[in-house]
Amino acid sequence: MSTSFVLKNLSIGDGPVTDIEVTGDLITAIGENLSAAEQIDCAGLVALPGLVDLHTHLREPGFEQSETVLTGTQAAALGGFTAVHAMANTSPVADTAGVVEQVAALGREAGYVDVFPIGAVTVGLEGKQLAELGAMANSKAKVRVFSDDGKCVHDPVLMRRALEYVKAFGGVVAQHAQEPRLTEGAQMHEGAVSAELGLAGWPAVAEESIIARDVLLAEHVGSRVHICHLSTAGSVEIVRWAKARGIQVTAEVTPHHLLLTDELVRSYDAVYKVNPPLRTATDVHALRAALIDGTIDIIATDHAPHPIEAKDCEWNAAAFGMLGLETAASIAQLVLVDSGLSNWSRLAQVLSENPARIGQDPNQGEAIAVGQVANLTLIDPTAKRTIVAESASKSINSPYVGLELPGRVMHTIYRGYFTVRDGNLAKAGRP
Amino acid sequence: MMMNRNLLSAADLSRDQAVEILDIAEGMADVNDREIKKLPTLRGKTVVNLFFEDSTRTRISFELAAKRLSADVINFSAKGSSVSKGESLKDTAQTLEAMGADAVVIRHGASGAANVLAHSGWINGAIVNAGDGTHEHPTQALLDAFTMRKRLHGKASAGRSLDGVKVAIVGDILHSRVARSNLLLLNTLGAEVHFVAPPTLLPANASNMKATLHYSLDEVLENETPEVVMMLRVQAERMNASYFPSEREYARIWGFNADRLAKLKPGAMVMHPGPMNRGLEIDAISADSPQSTVLGQVANGVSVRMAVLFSVLSGERANHVN
Repeated sequence: MSTSFVLKNLSIGDGPVTDIEVTGDLITAIGENLSAAEQIDCAGLVALPGLVDLHTHLREPGFEQSETVLTGTQAAALGGFTAVHAMANTSPVADTAGVVEQVAALGREAGYVDVFPIGAVTVGLEGKQLAELGAMANSKAKVRVFSDDGKCVHDPVLMRRALEYVKAFGGVVAQHAQEPRLTEGAQMHEGAVSAELGLAGWPAVAEESIIARDVLLAEHVGSRVHICHLSTAGSVEIVRWAKARGIQVTAEVTPHHLLLTDELVRSYDAVYKVNPPLRTATDVHALRAALIDGTIDIIATDHAPHPIEAKDCEWNAAAFGMLGLETAASIAQLVLVDSGLSNWSRLAQVLSENPARIGQDPNQGEAIAVGQVANLTLIDPTAKRTIVAESASKSINSPYVGLELPGRVMHTIYRGYFTVRDGNLAKAGRP
Repeated sequence: MMMNRNLLSAADLSRDQAVEILDIAEGMADVNDREIKKLPTLRGKTVVNLFFEDSTRTRISFELAAKRLSADVINFSAKGSSVSKGESLKDTAQTLEAMGADAVVIRHGASGAANVLAHSGWINGAIVNAGDGTHEHPTQALLDAFTMRKRLHGKASAGRSLDGVKVAIVGDILHSRVARSNLLLLNTLGAEVHFVAPPTLLPANASNMKATLHYSLDEVLENETPEVVMMLRVQAERMNASYFPSEREYARIWGFNADRLAKLKPGAMVMHPGPMNRGLEIDAISADSPQSTVLGQVANGVSVRMAVLFSVLSGERANHVN
């Protein structure tokens, strides 16, 4: 007989105060006045289905100086996640069944979240030849999401073939939309600020032209396409048009594109160097509106750890990318809940239900109900915290250091096991 | 007046500070005309010329400026040094700090490199930006302003700004650190700036730049009658990247030549930061004409850099502000 515990006096999303009973790895009761030998006071906390990140760079194998599956999933647990999708740009690239199975096994061994490997679309992310998508789909890792993220599948024929091919096993191609010729040597958003700073510009059209092409390709071949990290107001318009037309497109936005703008680049501090680049306040506004109205389906972190030396240098020499796992829920709360423009239900959709649906993750992103696997995140919405550089991640390239953000993940429950309790990481993952 | 400890951008200077540097440079110019061209002002100070990019002209100009102020000068040519080759900007900076550099004059191919050096905590010495990527080159802007003032006001230059002076800057605005620094300093000094370039060599969004944009050099010469026409060097790497169809077409439409020289109003000048591509952005007749300030700019560069080194190094060394 498994032991039970009861989470007392929480609110499920925007709902009334209630209790949740967890037995083993399942939710076994929901209602008032539940009791068990172990009772955890959750007064004032908001319960959400465990958060799911569709876009995480865990860096292992190959870049263990930046992050490992263990440290990355620990950071994920602290951020309230119970599942992450590990991007394919490792070394070796996750373009074979062997590599994706290795990453999945490392995730199971760590035991902090479900790790779903993303398979590369093309061999070595080189954009020349399709990787063995079927082998990865049929492997023990059961890959359903394929992406060359970091690089764009820019060859239109190859993109068409990939979109068609993954239909055979219900997969989805997640496109990193970046026209390579328009962004050669690009360093930051091309606009008024890049003109002043003398940094090579990264035009919005480089992203938008690929999204426009790919939604039309998806329509033509009747496939679904997922757009990674939308960053411009124009991209939002294209996705909105495509959805109205009935095209099967889903779209993601990162926390940093919902909060930060290219004005920060004036410092030449490479912590703000990211791909796609930070855009303008107008773009931020459009992305927030699109997240609320449903044009954008999910928030995904694009958590991209880098060692100190990759950021502690002149801008041009620095690597692209920033941390995001431990701050994503706070930024989502800021944008959706604290803004008064949306609510916790929408937050649960964009950070759990929708990414799990796009990734077809078993037992993730389900509405909190009796009989479901107990993947839960409990947030104290009234807490404020000033972000510090030290975190569970092996890297420190967070753009939020020194910033005060709302909300704190108090408990993360992964299949009935507290990976985070009272804000502290469990010393070991789920056995 | 309190000067800044660093000179990273032309925007660092207030109008009063800019005029003061130009006035100090007037005094330095007098020294450069003496038989013994040397002042003891910076004796015991060490100035490092840290050049990650080749630029013999700028380096020897700074070197001469530092030597005429009796500073010890070290030239550190770090061309090829980069993260990929094993020596980073940080390592180089910390090495110079350990050696006790009082001022570092940095030329680097990456925009913002001087800012990073100044704000990283790697180094305590004063930082002077001698050109960072396609961002800024503030001492070039100062020497250009000095040259304009001298041409327009002669011996009565001291204390004067450039109020109302019309300056046309012609050429590769998009990639030019000279154009960016000149724009900022000329705005500060009250001049009116006109950028003239093919549309491909203007920023896609110049809305934060206080300049009027033009595509036609001839229209600017006729309609604006500028006191100053500053021709920018066309870099070789632009020529094969479809910014314009051919050198011949560029020279015909945006190059300065004898016909355009004849349109200048009396007293107007033609400037070029050097080195010139004769026959491309400027023809030989214009470059060698009495209206040309090219050699004067070189001479003035030494005086202005003496003034800058003097300003950042004299006096408030104990005062770690800015």
